[in-house]
Amino acid sequence: MSESRDQRLEYYVSTAENGSSHREVFAPSSFERRKAVVEQVAKYTFLCMVILLVLPVVTLLGYLLVKAWPALSFSFIFENPTNHMTAGGIWAPLIGTFFLVLLSLAASAPVGILAGIYLNEYARDNWLTRIINLGVVNLAGVPSIVHALFGVGAFVLFAGMGRSLLAASCTLAVMTLPVIITSTREALAAVPMSFREACWNMGATRWQTIRTIVLPNSISGILTGVILQVSRAAGETAPILFTGAVVYARVADHGLRSFFPYGLGDRCMALSMHLYTLSTQVVDVPDEVLYGTAVVLIGLVLAVNSLSIGARIYLRSQKKW
Amino acid sequence: MDAHISFDNVRVSYGGKTALRDVSLEIPRNRIFGIIGPANSGKTTLLKCINRTIDFEPTAKVEGIVSVGGEDVYKIRNVYELRRQVGMVFPLPVGLPLSVYENVAYAPRRAGIYDQAELDELVERCLRQAMLWDEVKQRLDMLGTKLSGGQQQRLTLARALSHRPRVLCLDEFSIAIDPVTTMKIEDVLLELKNEMTIVLVTNLVQQAHRLADNTAFFNDSRLIEVGETEKIFSAADEDLTRRYVTGAFG
Repeated sequence: MSESRDQRLEYYVSTAENGSSHREVFAPSSFERRKAVVEQVAKYTFLCMVILLVLPVVTLLGYLLVKAWPALSFSFIFENPTNHMTAGGIWAPLIGTFFLVLLSLAASAPVGILAGIYLNEYARDNWLTRIINLGVVNLAGVPSIVHALFGVGAFVLFAGMGRSLLAASCTLAVMTLPVIITSTREALAAVPMSFREACWNMGATRWQTIRTIVLPNSISGILTGVILQVSRAAGETAPILFTGAVVYARVADHGLRSFFPYGLGDRCMALSMHLYTLSTQVVDVPDEVLYGTAVVLIGLVLAVNSLSIGARIYLRSQKKW
Repeated sequence: MDAHISFDNVRVSYGGKTALRDVSLEIPRNRIFGIIGPANSGKTTLLKCINRTIDFEPTAKVEGIVSVGGEDVYKIRNVYELRRQVGMVFPLPVGLPLSVYENVAYAPRRAGIYDQAELDELVERCLRQAMLWDEVKQRLDMLGTKLSGGQQQRLTLARALSHRPRVLCLDEFSIAIDPVTTMKIEDVLLELKNEMTIVLVTNLVQQAHRLADNTAFFNDSRLIEVGETEKIFSAADEDLTRRYVTGAFG
């Protein structure tokens, strides 16, 4: 492609120099030629940045996969750690992470989405709203360890949940809430104002307008925001460290009971916590178990993110304007 | 004269910037009322006061009394019913991201009409009145946003008629519509005035001349002159009006 373009450029330049007829109007001036050079420089600079971004990710994933390969098997996923966690699988932390994420989103998604709808669709633009918005945006940037300490104070101690799956899920919910609110607001704000005005002009109430026009056209953005928080909740260690995660819990790994190993008041294992323990607290862990755990965690996050990207592509193709 | 809509010393400002200055005006029932004037003279603001969509402008402040059918719009409890009684068409076409059918059935459904046969009949009648029926009757399930600009504008008009308004406000409705179709819609408007009061804001002075029974001339947020269209166009009292309608100014 670019070769033929260069040839064409040369052709214009040469015909221009020969002083030939109608092509002359298209002959590049020195300004045009400089523009073409800058264009190429800009393009390749941006390309370099993309390669710089992608290269480490690909290397890391490749390295992890190669190192983890001997450990990866069906039983690695579906069996519990054994022999002081130096052997066996990762079922207990995996199912723990699953329930942590599920419970935390069950709390934060409805609250976050509804709050986002209120802030974007109903709240008047006054100083109070602005302060709340600023607060929400800032909360999204608070380090997760601070959320952890809040969780200890609010859920473990004050609410009397103790260190439990419930307290840990609530802490994760508090951590993901501000981002869900922000992404919901952004998705709603992307729906053109003229649609709302058209509905209001026909005597539709705000809620009728939201239900029939605004939500159906922003649901893709809202869902993407929620799904991205799944991977964040799954990956964080700090918020669950003091609120409900344990180094080791003995749970069933066979039969129906293995799918519901933890009660709401039980402490549970989690993948991120497990990986942290294996790599710092336990001696003589075979490398492949460590790498295997990391691969499953990253795989989980990647799978959820791909799901979100897939959902976004599908829902955007349904977009109606 | 039976006034349908009246403005009594209405003054509107947007965050301190005045958009309408002490306008007193009566719009008679079942007539076409033309409003002409250069850009930024307050015509659109005037329309937004009628169905209180001005409330959605966060900085707008309205003083004075606007009444529709003898009732002060700010004392009407059910503002949604007020908005249903007023059909609005703004200059930029807005096709809602729904099918053509659902675009027109939107307001009736929100007002509680669910009977399929009734909706079908209503949709067809509104689309016919907006001169769009023949172009879309084969593809009513197509997205309204996929229609051309001119078609979307007629769809907007059909929507404005769908909630059986008693007042129809048209703000530059014809700028996206071709002249031939515009003429056909103008004929429809002349029929519609038996059923409703029509407020026609237009930059096409001749359109006001052709259609309006009464015409008001606005300039610089003030009502300069109002009267029978013939008088405004042939023997206006104000010099400014005379110059505007003859094209010497504006």
